[in-house]
Amino acid sequence: MGAITVSGLGKAYKKYPTRWSRLAEWMLPFTRQRHSLKWVLRDVSFQVAPGEAVGLIGINGAGKSTLLKLITGTTQPTTGNVWMEGSVAALLELGMGFHPDFSGRQNAYMAGQLLGMTVAELDALMPQIEAFADIGDYMDQPVRVYSSGMQMRVAFSVATARRPDILIVDEALSVGDAYFQHKSFDRIRQFRKQGTTLLLVSHDKQAIQSVCDRAILLDGGRLAREGRPEEIMDYYNALIAERENDTVRQAETGDGKVQTVSGTGEANVADIALLDEHGARIEVVDVGSPVTLEVRVRVNAPIPRMVLGYMIKDRLGQPMYGTNTHLKGLPLDGVAAGEEVVYRFAFPMNLGPGSYSVATAIVSTETHLVNNYEWRDLALVFTVMNMRRPHFEGSAWLDPAIDIQRI
Amino acid sequence: MISPLMLRGLWAYRGFVLGSVKREFQSKYTNAMLGAVWSVLSPLAMILVYTVIFSEVMRAKLPGNDSSAAYSIYLCAGILTWGLFAEIVARGQGMFLDQANLLKKISFPRICLPVIVVLNALVNFGIIFGLFTAFLVLSGNFPGLVFAAIVPVLALQVLLAIGLAMVVGVLNVFFRDVGQFVTIAVQFWFWLTPIVYPASILPEQFWPLLDYNPMAPIIQSYHAILVEGAMPQWQRLLPAAVLAVLLCVLGMRLFRKRAGEMVDEL
Repeated sequence: MGAITVSGLGKAYKKYPTRWSRLAEWMLPFTRQRHSLKWVLRDVSFQVAPGEAVGLIGINGAGKSTLLKLITGTTQPTTGNVWMEGSVAALLELGMGFHPDFSGRQNAYMAGQLLGMTVAELDALMPQIEAFADIGDYMDQPVRVYSSGMQMRVAFSVATARRPDILIVDEALSVGDAYFQHKSFDRIRQFRKQGTTLLLVSHDKQAIQSVCDRAILLDGGRLAREGRPEEIMDYYNALIAERENDTVRQAETGDGKVQTVSGTGEANVADIALLDEHGARIEVVDVGSPVTLEVRVRVNAPIPRMVLGYMIKDRLGQPMYGTNTHLKGLPLDGVAAGEEVVYRFAFPMNLGPGSYSVATAIVSTETHLVNNYEWRDLALVFTVMNMRRPHFEGSAWLDPAIDIQRI
Repeated sequence: MISPLMLRGLWAYRGFVLGSVKREFQSKYTNAMLGAVWSVLSPLAMILVYTVIFSEVMRAKLPGNDSSAAYSIYLCAGILTWGLFAEIVARGQGMFLDQANLLKKISFPRICLPVIVVLNALVNFGIIFGLFTAFLVLSGNFPGLVFAAIVPVLALQVLLAIGLAMVVGVLNVFFRDVGQFVTIAVQFWFWLTPIVYPASILPEQFWPLLDYNPMAPIIQSYHAILVEGAMPQWQRLLPAAVLAVLLCVLGMRLFRKRAGEMVDEL
């Protein structure tokens, strides 16, 4: 239960040259075809194993929503097909069909019925739905006095009242307050533990990386790439930066991770290293010890304003810390071709034990979206170990001075 | 015509269908202080208006019938049943367009929508026709056992309306002119059918033309039952029955063939 198989899926909309052409095509069955096809999705095939969580990413118009609609069955595919085993719940548009004059409870019944539940089932589930939505007396007020967040809460609670074999979520979770976002994500995680297959569409890197086992990147209606979420997110970020020009390259590094390099190439990172207090290169760092991140940049073409940024990420790709020389007020103006610039960032390694990576960006302002000379993910990988301190939990070193008074 | 798969979907979503009917009925009155009383008051007012204005104020009488109530019964019998037909057709032509959002976002058996439209119309009709029947009983004009003959006529009329609504509803998604045209056509159809006037006031050469109007024999059947207390002439209903079946078959075929494409056009 819970497997999804998508094979050769394609969707095209019919385009007729004039309003009359459709009529002509319907009425005169033996004449030529009068419509042209506009393909929005082509040759998409992938499989999701039972219990797996897959993230679906892509820029607007890449075909994500169309793919979800085809999977949930609201639209018919032009080619190919979708197989699914087990019950499906789709959180595509929460609060669809809520009637403003009815109470939250009445709307919850309506939404549940629209998902194919019977009144008896809903009667049984209602206390739990109410408890999860957690909006108190508002449950019996008309929905028109609700905030959009409250509507979301009711809608989400109903849609996830029963654990489905397959759960399809479309960015719906970005609405609602932080508290409810946590709550809903917790519920999704619980479903995952109990074996629900998850298909999640999101632009939110954190969401994809913390929940999904695998990610699929759609670009221009085709499946562009499939792989580990971290690697796909890196590729996706690079893709956004590189909409107009040039190449995105990915190469395996020694330890099986995939390095993504993109950019227009006016400058590049020639060397990057982590140095200890004596200036020696290290790959293993003790918690709390002083280190220097040394980055050597080679300039290949004149750059009016050069900014170097770096970001330290944990093994899941979650950012730990990032800054750049623009934010620090130290951009370099008028850099000439052939120059070499060495940057040294000195800081104490206040991170918890674990494996970390450094991504670098050579840009002209604070973001990589204006001019991206070079973006390099996984430029450096290092390990933090706890050699001298008592054991502690977490990925930050926030050592307290403790004062205890017994009164 | 209706596949087992459709029926199964409909059965699985019976809660949704019944809930929608109930809610649509409720939604009209949830914010009114008198609530559901209005659903009785407005048809009551209509019956009263027809009765008072036509039979008392205008002293309209049916040719060959002296009872002053006869004309108002004649009027109500036609207008109320026509109202059911017109409501199904009017709501039917917009049933897919109006629910565009739902159809695009949520996967549920599409056949629920026409069923909801028909059930809703039947509920509204049930209320008003129930009142009318009560009025017949109280005023001593109840035709007796013949009244039961209304059921098959009503069934035929609803079938005709469903067939037409399905055809028009599906076509309207692809050709929006259809809806506009049907709205106008139904208005003309009302006046081309002997509802407000008796057929006998028409010049004799137009009588054969009435045979081409499938609604004419249906409405005349109601008149026969309710005004004269006579059985309808069943054989005259045959063409309407054939047309109703044809429209239903055509409507279901259109629906099944185009249901998938429909969502792309909404």
